[in-house]
Amino acid sequence: MFDLTPTEWTAIALSLRVATVATLIGTPIGVALAWLLARRNFWGKSLLDAAIHLPLVLPPVVTGYLLLLSLGRRGFLGGWLADHLGIVFAFRWTGAALACGVMSFPLLVRPIRLSIEAVDRRLEQAAETLGAAPWQVFATVTLPLALPGVLAGMVLGFAKAIGEFGATITFVSNIPGETQTISSAIYSLIQTPDGDAAALRLVIVSVLIATSALVASEWFARRATKRLHGN
Amino acid sequence: MLRVDVSKQLGEFSLTASFTSEGRVTGLFGDSGAGKSSLINMIAGLLRPDRGIITLDGETLDDTAARIHVPAYRRRIGYVFQDARLFPHLNVAANLDYGRRMNRLADDPAQRQRITDLLDIGHLMDRRPGKLSGGERQRVALGRALLSNPRLLLLDEPLGALDAGRKHEILPYLVRLRDEANVPMVYVSHDAAELRQLATQIVMLQRGKVTSFGGVKVLSG
Repeated sequence: MFDLTPTEWTAIALSLRVATVATLIGTPIGVALAWLLARRNFWGKSLLDAAIHLPLVLPPVVTGYLLLLSLGRRGFLGGWLADHLGIVFAFRWTGAALACGVMSFPLLVRPIRLSIEAVDRRLEQAAETLGAAPWQVFATVTLPLALPGVLAGMVLGFAKAIGEFGATITFVSNIPGETQTISSAIYSLIQTPDGDAAALRLVIVSVLIATSALVASEWFARRATKRLHGN
Repeated sequence: MLRVDVSKQLGEFSLTASFTSEGRVTGLFGDSGAGKSSLINMIAGLLRPDRGIITLDGETLDDTAARIHVPAYRRRIGYVFQDARLFPHLNVAANLDYGRRMNRLADDPAQRQRITDLLDIGHLMDRRPGKLSGGERQRVALGRALLSNPRLLLLDEPLGALDAGRKHEILPYLVRLRDEANVPMVYVSHDAAELRQLATQIVMLQRGKVTSFGGVKVLSG
């Protein structure tokens, strides 16, 4: 029963790659935006906050369709990117990574923002009086103290990215070997007459991946907290 | 020489202060709520005055008319807070070294040795702030501020969070600092006895106004 076919392995490998790329590219952007939202006041702040959270409340198919309209081959941004930079998202695994990145972004940003807000500003002031410029304060005080939240955000974002389905299939379809992730592979298998066993195998794999991600995040969080409080 | 002539509106509270200090230790004396902390935060650059000027040794740090505001990290003014504010993720050695690293100063083992001896903190180097007593924490905070090589040291009720016994443990270090460290200080306190021991000059603040200025004897007046 547990002999995975090459197609299934491909879907698993693709899911891992898509979620990893989405998380690694999303994290620096997420940290920057989380810091802005936690520490700065500027015009349009609530608008930015709403835009980040939008994928959480919109139907995934809507987000996927919006991505298709803007970044598809004939989209206003997609056409420009393809012509000038040679970057193509439509029907490529990179598009799947983008869709997963957008969908998981609110979950990635939230814990980071909360942990930055929880950093004692009086410590940042102390750093300033010791000669630390704003970026140094961020790199040496804010970020290290917010690290458990950053890790939690990464794990949560990764877990969401690996399970993403609606936006991905709308934006980049369901092409084996290119855009068929675990979720879309399961979807295809359920609709195939003899696909039940294969679908079940992939279901078990995704449960395993999700569980290990949660266990890993718990472990990281505990270690980071310990390190911060000096034991 | 420190020259301060500022005003600041903080909600209902208005603060107006003008004084010049040249002493080794200027005591900023007043009840809680008199505006001492706001004033010292303005000197540090953590708070911007609404109007006025602050100069240190001839250099303008704030001049609202000329739109000058030197940010705190460029002032080279050390600050010892009442609550120490040591970095919890760094051990004592790294806390002490922080100012030197941020200002990209050359390592000066002799100076580090001198300060750690002066404050008696050499045996704490590997510990995290969470594992220090209140008095130890405050001594490390003093050392950390001094090792950033400041032109002026601000102390905001550094003994305020300590009980009477601990106060007497720290006071001698402060006296030694005044006599040996060669850094002018502004020392904020609401405790006249403390200032009598330490200050060379007093600025008395009441409800946001400077009410007297002079030698330590103004404390008895």
